[in-house]
Amino acid sequence: MANNVEVKEIKYTAKDFASDQEVRWCPGCGDYSILAQVQRTFPEIIDRPKENIVWVSGIGCSSRFPYYMNTYGFHGIHGRAPAIATGVKLANPNLSVWVASGDGDLLSIGGNHFIHACRKNIDLKILMFNNRIYGLTKGQYSPTSERGKVTKTTPYGSIDYPFNPPMLALGAEASFIARSIDRHPKHLQEMIRRAGLHKGTAFIEIFQNCNIFNDGAFSLLTEKDTKDDHVLELIHGQPMVFGKNKNKGIKLDGLTPMVVDLTSGKYSKDDLWVHDEFDPNPARTAILAMFDETPGFPTPIGVFRQIIKETYDEGMFRQIEEVKKKKGEGELEKILFSGNVWEVN
Amino acid sequence: METEKEKELLQLKEVTIRFAGDSGDGMQLTGTQFSETTALVGNDLNTLPDYPAEIRAPAGTIYGVSGFQLHFSSEDIYTPGDQPDVLVAMNPAALKKNLPELKKGGMIIVNSDSFDIKNLSLAHYESNPLEDGTLDGYQVYQVPISSLTANALEGVKLSPKEVSRAKNFFALGLMYWLFNRPIDNTVNWIHQKFAKNPEYIEGNEKALRAGYNYGEMTELFTARYTVEPAKLPKGIYRSISGNEATALGFLTASVKSGLPLFLGSYPITPASEIIQYLSTYKNFGVKTFQAEDEISGITTAIGAAFAGNLAITSTSGPGLALKTEAIGLAVMTELPLVIIDVQRGGPSTGLPTKTEQADLLQAVCGRNGEAPVAVVAAATPSDCFNMALEASRIAIKYMTPVILLTDGYIANGSEPWRIPHTNEIPEIPVKFRTEKEGFYPYLRNENLARPWAIPGTPGLEHRIGGLEKSDIYGNVSYDPDNHHKMVQLRAKKIKNIENDIPLLEVEGDQSGELLVAGWGGTYGTIKEAVNKARAQGYKVSQVHFRYINPFPKNTEQVLKSFKKILIPEINLGQLARLIKSEFIIDVQQFNVVRGLPLRVADIVDQIIKTLGGNNGK
Repeated sequence: MANNVEVKEIKYTAKDFASDQEVRWCPGCGDYSILAQVQRTFPEIIDRPKENIVWVSGIGCSSRFPYYMNTYGFHGIHGRAPAIATGVKLANPNLSVWVASGDGDLLSIGGNHFIHACRKNIDLKILMFNNRIYGLTKGQYSPTSERGKVTKTTPYGSIDYPFNPPMLALGAEASFIARSIDRHPKHLQEMIRRAGLHKGTAFIEIFQNCNIFNDGAFSLLTEKDTKDDHVLELIHGQPMVFGKNKNKGIKLDGLTPMVVDLTSGKYSKDDLWVHDEFDPNPARTAILAMFDETPGFPTPIGVFRQIIKETYDEGMFRQIEEVKKKKGEGELEKILFSGNVWEVN
Repeated sequence: METEKEKELLQLKEVTIRFAGDSGDGMQLTGTQFSETTALVGNDLNTLPDYPAEIRAPAGTIYGVSGFQLHFSSEDIYTPGDQPDVLVAMNPAALKKNLPELKKGGMIIVNSDSFDIKNLSLAHYESNPLEDGTLDGYQVYQVPISSLTANALEGVKLSPKEVSRAKNFFALGLMYWLFNRPIDNTVNWIHQKFAKNPEYIEGNEKALRAGYNYGEMTELFTARYTVEPAKLPKGIYRSISGNEATALGFLTASVKSGLPLFLGSYPITPASEIIQYLSTYKNFGVKTFQAEDEISGITTAIGAAFAGNLAITSTSGPGLALKTEAIGLAVMTELPLVIIDVQRGGPSTGLPTKTEQADLLQAVCGRNGEAPVAVVAAATPSDCFNMALEASRIAIKYMTPVILLTDGYIANGSEPWRIPHTNEIPEIPVKFRTEKEGFYPYLRNENLARPWAIPGTPGLEHRIGGLEKSDIYGNVSYDPDNHHKMVQLRAKKIKNIENDIPLLEVEGDQSGELLVAGWGGTYGTIKEAVNKARAQGYKVSQVHFRYINPFPKNTEQVLKSFKKILIPEINLGQLARLIKSEFIIDVQQFNVVRGLPLRVADIVDQIIKTLGGNNGK
């Protein structure tokens, strides 16, 4: 039965997770890298036979993902992947359930399901491919497109303020929030690994280049000559250092962050903000999440925050067991014949 | 004190009582208690709660009036009664709202304390109806219920407001006396309900007994009434509402299929009770998930179906509309799923607390693409149990979504239910695919059902989804011929269910002049009307549809055995439309859409009219 996971030595390779379907993303799409990093990481992190893995998706380019993974997969409808995945997880808690989604799918039409999955701490791993554009519908602005963006539906520039995804996840109290980049394979693998090991809703925002409709959206973060000055890699227990030659750092003055120059002699590494993934104060995570929107600050990647708390599925089955203990296993005959009954002879 | 006179005990065959008061007056509770006691003394009964959507509408207003009607009898009955014989009116607004429906010459018991200037004006009475002749021709009993309750509760440690709230128990006690029912069941209920609040126990019990004793002692009532137990088939009974029966039906389906039950649902009137009931059965392993919205309610259920649970979602009309796209997904992925729609007045928010049958076309047709689903409908409160089981059986056997239609009337109304023993209920066989050899996700069996291969099964890893799939192999396919084939296969699979459901049963002559055809919650009303017309000598038969998509196999033959067909519905003719288009026959419609059950008398009139006066006799 599906409910009893067989404990055996499992040795998988990346190839074991590739399905027989031809991958049909546009050549040069960042999705290829994400698929490759997942397939590379899975043999390392999957602690159960692969028939216990389910990939669920919604609609959009990213949502073709399950077809390319040789696991169980469900290609759902637009925005509903977190809800479908929730049903899968609650039906069988032994399954490892992964969601592949995009910025439009997860934050626009599926925003409600996303925040409630986070709030309930359902044990799902949610990978959001953020390309800041609607790709599958050929180039309309998305809820993460920057203000002023000219697209097919915003010929005079977008007047929307974009979502800040880690901030949104934080507001919904997701228990694991991380960010990575398609062109940073080692880092992406590490984030997938970390999400896979987390119990509860694990959210990874993955910056993904759409080379057809929004090419270069993240080039500052990926190109050799700019990335060091624009990316801050968060490492637990380490001071926040970035820049070419690690010459810059982040200092936290009360609740005000500042970028400081480590070469002037005024500040040393000891003055810097030391990243703490388990920081119980969400205000500091929010400060980190806001770097993106603050001129002069680098874009953080890595694990923003991780909280350990009971997951919804654990709670659900705990409660079932508690009630069984208290009331005894349910007896149908007894329930049917309960309440005020009378006999007619 | 004067010696007590033995009061006359008059025997009645049937009585319809309506309790009416402010929505905060506890009328639903009073009605439910009276119903339970009435069921326990062995009467057949049928109830109709009728309450406003506002939880506590401003006191004393007409729109804040809440009512509970029950019809009980020593014979079989099928409806809550067209017109009450007795009206208990706790304030002027309750009298104003309900008087037009009371039988001519009926009995009115009013709380005379509440007929003050303020309440009269709130009810838009220019003069006091107790004094100005409005009630001439009725038997009116003016009882100062508020002050009698206050007197009875003197010395009990309750605030004046709490004392006032106990007045519904006084009214209930008085009605128990008047209709010769024991008070013990309600006394026990009070003790259980208020176990943590000894003052409430004392106050409510005192009020109840005071009401009962008042009937006995006062000169006001010279007679009391009794209704003998009904001759119901042998068995053990309980009084059950449609929503409770629905919940028990799915619990039973879970036990009988051996599948854990998963309910994804968002609260919505009048369906919320289904998730409330099911959430208490955790010791059966039942999983209830209160979703963030209607769409999550159904999509979590679809996920749970994919992973091998008996998955259901419950809602009402507006929620069914929101679930539409996801039902299409369940059609495409061919997963077993039951969607329960407890219909209410529409469109839009409509009349949330009122009943209607206007979601039939939405259930049968309301999706994008060719998206056939099985549609079944419960006929009475207790029939919800049977149809919940049937919906589950069909969903699992045919790997298809099934829509189960009930409505606000049968969901909230109750009737005696002969409880089936679990060993009388057939098992629901389930076969998960486990063999690797020859497995394809869309390879169909003799029922055209595809295999249920759930995650966790080694070697059967596969992907499904909302994109069109290739026949047999289940890969994404844009092939034109494949799409045409799949559209037909999905339609044929649903049509084939006709071989697996009971034939239509005609009640009355098997052929003749007139057949009255109904579906869903109107069964009782139509049955009573047909019985009345037959008793008057009219030749008329009845069929009732509980399976609507597909229709039972003999539908065409049955319909064509009658010269005329009359279809009463609480909509503008939705079953009529389906029947006309499917069988190309002419039908007469009778449609009244008032948010209330149809009236027996109106259907009798229609029967007579359709028969052309004396025709058919």
